[in-house]
Amino acid sequence: MKQSLFARIREFADSRVALAAGILLLLACAAALLASVISPQNPYDLSQLDIGSGRLPPGSRSGDGILHILGTDDQGRDVLSAIFYGLRVSLVVGVVSTLVAAVFGGIVGLWAAYRGGRVDAVLMRIVDVQLSFPAVLIALMLVAFLGNGLDKVIIAIVLVQWAYYARTVRAAALVEREREYVEAARCLNYSAPRIMLGHILPNCLAPLSVIATVQMAGAIAIEATLSFLGVGLPITEPSLGLLIANGYQFMLSNKYWLSVYPGLCLIALIGAINIVGDRLREMSNPREEG
Amino acid sequence: MLRLLVRRAIEGVVVVAATSFVVFLAIYMLGNPIQVLASPDSPPEVIQRVTASLGLDRPWHEQYWRFVVNALHGDLGVSFVHAQPSLALIFGRLPATLELVVFAMIVAVVVGLPLGLVAGYWPRHWSSQAISSLSVLGISVPAFWVGLMLIIFFSLEWRLLPTGGRGATVQVAGIETSLFTLDGLRHLVLPGFTLATLPLAVIVRLVRTGVREQRRADYVRFGRAMGLSPGLLLGRYILRNVMVPVVTVMGLLFGTLVAFAVVTETVFAWPGSGKLIIDSIKQSDRPVVIAYLLFVVVMFMVINTVVDLLTALVDPRVRLQ
Repeated sequence: MKQSLFARIREFADSRVALAAGILLLLACAAALLASVISPQNPYDLSQLDIGSGRLPPGSRSGDGILHILGTDDQGRDVLSAIFYGLRVSLVVGVVSTLVAAVFGGIVGLWAAYRGGRVDAVLMRIVDVQLSFPAVLIALMLVAFLGNGLDKVIIAIVLVQWAYYARTVRAAALVEREREYVEAARCLNYSAPRIMLGHILPNCLAPLSVIATVQMAGAIAIEATLSFLGVGLPITEPSLGLLIANGYQFMLSNKYWLSVYPGLCLIALIGAINIVGDRLREMSNPREEG
Repeated sequence: MLRLLVRRAIEGVVVVAATSFVVFLAIYMLGNPIQVLASPDSPPEVIQRVTASLGLDRPWHEQYWRFVVNALHGDLGVSFVHAQPSLALIFGRLPATLELVVFAMIVAVVVGLPLGLVAGYWPRHWSSQAISSLSVLGISVPAFWVGLMLIIFFSLEWRLLPTGGRGATVQVAGIETSLFTLDGLRHLVLPGFTLATLPLAVIVRLVRTGVREQRRADYVRFGRAMGLSPGLLLGRYILRNVMVPVVTVMGLLFGTLVAFAVVTETVFAWPGSGKLIIDSIKQSDRPVVIAYLLFVVVMFMVINTVVDLLTALVDPRVRLQ
């Protein structure tokens, strides 16, 4: 069953689409990490901005000779640089909220599966009720009361998404719980946390990683939506969603590039993550045909 | 049947009570609203008097009790911004949202059903693969992006349709609606299709999966052997067996769309309840936000229960569980 990492990557790359999506995702991560190195200008250093070269269409040069491949916004900010920095904020929100939600939801799911009975019933009822509401709506309401800001948005997304992890991990853990190795661990009188975390959890990681990928795309989309609505991130932390929202006011005067390029970038990011997630699911469940 | 209804009712009450409690606590901990309501340089005794008259000096459980009693009387507070009862404000904006939702549902069914049938019946054909890929896209692409694209092409590039706002309305049976004026319909098309993206994609996927399952059933193979045309097989026989989950999901989607309208209404400046709620959040108009939250929770509880009951009525297998 165990495959080397290399073999797994080979298997992943059997699907050309998934391979392309994976490469795109790696490029996006690299662009976000190296944003300050590869950007033509630092879009948030006011001394580098020149209002005089504002709203330049894509491909034009500003007064100081910088080529603005994707144009500039109303303050003379290079759109490409803003996208790199925005990518960074969006990915941070996606990764951090996914990790926190996976850990929190995973623990709840493990606990529900291990204890069973009433604990399980109550927890899963809460999960069911929460999942019957659309994620964006819950996030919106949470942000309405928490206020906006990077930390608040991440908290809201975690509170929205923990339920998916709890349900997935519980389902996997229920199967694992009946296996002999758990029985053996019980006979050795290991403590419940040790059995849950040390023995059951590692065997639930495959479904957990699949759902984490899909949920990360969801987290990025939720953040973008909240920011677009103007209730997500503040202007000091411009994510892709916020860039789209800022550009939106200029769109009606045909300065479409301010919204469209950050938007295309967002769609590509979400799409790539979803395709990678799909491929991971196919690999973990080979019987399912496409 | 009755047991299901009673259980759902109890559950609904618990959820609404829990939501109201959490919301109340959140607001209670946010601080005393007196600082917002009274001018900061009014003398302390005035502030004290106003605090007492609003009952803000009472312990939290008494305040919560009053909140619950008022809520049960349909009084969820008065909007700070509009100086109107918040619930009335929401209900006043609801027709515009429902209009959008109904239009989107119709689009989703009229377009989604045939596409799903075709994609399920001929899964290997390139158009079916394209339909499937597009439906994945429809689920994962944020709604505001769809709206922006439609505006760019249909309003800015080709100048066919307005970029936003609600068109002329007429009164039909006492409700202002734009469904019956040409201008109203022109304004409705873009936001309607934007809102329809999600249910459209969901219905396509659902129908496609259903048809692919049914296609292997004996009655379909028999029908094919008899030489029935695919159209007849799909329209008369397969469709019926696929409809049960579709109807269920459509019911559930209805609530989702009312909530999703928040995004669409913001993009298209559509004066519905979703736009109202975003504006209220930005202006910290708490009574409206709370009223909307409780309204949505109750709406979802009612819709989910009705859908469950309908499913149980239509499909006897569900009743046995």
